[in-house]
Amino acid sequence: MTSKQKSKAYWKENVRYLAILLLIWFLVSYGAGILFKDTLNTVRIGGFELGFWFAQQGSMYVFVILIFVYVRLMNRLDKKYGYDE
Amino acid sequence: MSSFAVMSVQAWTYILVGVSFALYIGIAIWSRAGSTKEFYVAGGGVSPLANGMATAADWMSAASFISMAGIISFMGYDGAVYLMGWTGGYVLLALLLAPYLRKFGKFTVPDFIGDRYYSSTARIVAVICALIVSFTYVAGQMRGVGVVFSRFLEVDINTGVIIGMVIVLFYAVLGGMKGITYTQVAQYCVLIFAFMVPAIFISIQMTGNPIPQLGMGGTLSDGSGVYLLDKLNGLSRELGFAEYTEGSKSLIDVFAITLALMVGTAGLPHVIVRFFTVPRVKDARKSAGLALLFIVILYTTAPAVSVFARTNLIETVSGKPYSEMPEWFTNWETTGLLDFTDKNDDGLIQYVADEERNELQIDNDIMVLANPEIARLPNWVIALVAAGGLAAALSTAAGLLLVISTSVSHDLVKKQLKPDMSEKNELWVARGSAALAVIIAAYFGINPPGFVAAVVALAFGLAAASFFPAIILGIFYKRMNREGAVSGMVIGILLMLFYMMKFKFDLFGGGTEADWWFGISPEGFGMVAMIVNFAVALLVSRFTPAPPEEVQDIVENIRVPGEIR
Repeated sequence: MTSKQKSKAYWKENVRYLAILLLIWFLVSYGAGILFKDTLNTVRIGGFELGFWFAQQGSMYVFVILIFVYVRLMNRLDKKYGYDE
Repeated sequence: MSSFAVMSVQAWTYILVGVSFALYIGIAIWSRAGSTKEFYVAGGGVSPLANGMATAADWMSAASFISMAGIISFMGYDGAVYLMGWTGGYVLLALLLAPYLRKFGKFTVPDFIGDRYYSSTARIVAVICALIVSFTYVAGQMRGVGVVFSRFLEVDINTGVIIGMVIVLFYAVLGGMKGITYTQVAQYCVLIFAFMVPAIFISIQMTGNPIPQLGMGGTLSDGSGVYLLDKLNGLSRELGFAEYTEGSKSLIDVFAITLALMVGTAGLPHVIVRFFTVPRVKDARKSAGLALLFIVILYTTAPAVSVFARTNLIETVSGKPYSEMPEWFTNWETTGLLDFTDKNDDGLIQYVADEERNELQIDNDIMVLANPEIARLPNWVIALVAAGGLAAALSTAAGLLLVISTSVSHDLVKKQLKPDMSEKNELWVARGSAALAVIIAAYFGINPPGFVAAVVALAFGLAAASFFPAIILGIFYKRMNREGAVSGMVIGILLMLFYMMKFKFDLFGGGTEADWWFGISPEGFGMVAMIVNFAVALLVSRFTPAPPEEVQDIVENIRVPGEIR
């Protein structure tokens, strides 16, 4: 593989990770916390209605997890392509 | 007895505020900047952990610390726009911006815009956007400093602003980014401790659960077995307010505000610049994750505090005789943040949704600042909140002032006016403009224009409408050229300014809620302006020449960490 092909392939994999992670990002916040909140609110966990919980608690926990998953995926990808500094 | 109690809160406040200020100054002296690289980006050698804490402190302003929980307690579910909006942006930052900008490896956002779009016009547009965003934001911080000083140290608000400014001046001018970074690490520790201690105390008091995030969804500790949120929904209904977990904004507006705040967060120059300070691309990703983790500790606690405070407040005041109100009530009445008028002369406090019959006006800021007093926590906890509020306000103000001074000394003077300036002189220009920016900010703090509070929320709309599309397209769309990016930024920020002036300041014919475009409030309009920016940029770039080869190479290069080989 030439260096150009290599950087193209790396970029493509990176963009695929981004698409998947951002889809989850959208689903937990705009999906569960806003658009489908009323439906989810019929489910209760303890004192929380589920839609309300996603909007004021759950989405934020998922955000943190998403970034750390991305960090791990990218560190692996950097190694695979020899880009780790 | 009661005067002794007040005395000792004040004594505690003097001790805690004094010790924390001494700490900040000590750190500033220890971490003086010797070069422009140290002044602008702390030498580029900050560890991801330290950068994560510093970013969190930079990010969490007086508004996050003092006002947010209070605002949420009045907004209920709708408060989620701030919670999700001000945290979700970090996902965008970590995935779409920080690693590539770190690889780019210059000092500022206008640096990136100027080089990527091979144009000094683009750079100047970016500088102007950065200055507008940062100045609107910094003025709000100064008010926060003033409020804390006037209530807890019982000095005049103006004196409070000046004391705060002298401290910031000292470590920002001396230490630049390096001094700011390490004081922010200390400030994060102070502010998170100050926020969590009262929250944990109150959570135990009300629900028996020491973790506020769980206590919020738990049952009351009075043995009734009723869930706290059900109780609050019931109380809200009785008084005529919307149910707490329902809220009252329209779906489209909640969506738009959340998106505008998220995208705005990712486009704020003082946040982005923090990722220039770490050594490697992988450190930039990791420190974005750590920053969000540190932020989320406070942001998931805040809505719990809102629920505790709201329930406590209603139970303490609603329908109770004015003559039996505890001491904190009168303390806050004297600051004007709490106001009772006995409209029906029955000596009882009617606190209801109906404006006609409601007798109690409560400022948002009280909910966090008075919460420990309302819950009758020990004096040192009350004093701790003052030190925490000051840490939050000062750390954010310092970060913003640095962006302002860098924009002037580096982007304007060095890059545009005097490219042959020596590094030593540039450092002095940077210090000078930091000092000037502090003085201007202090002026706004002492003479706050009436629209400050309104404008701070809009700073996000402005950042979303200007920087975010230009940076994203610069990284992800190689074909994006100078003409497209500049027209997108200009039209985006002008559209946002127009909407803001029309619906917030009654210019261009003004308008009411019924006239909002697509039912979207000015706070959420950043979403629309951002989409327009993207559309204009893409359209214009189609009809204008592609960027030169060497610029396309820059894009190839920032997409991968390390050397391309």
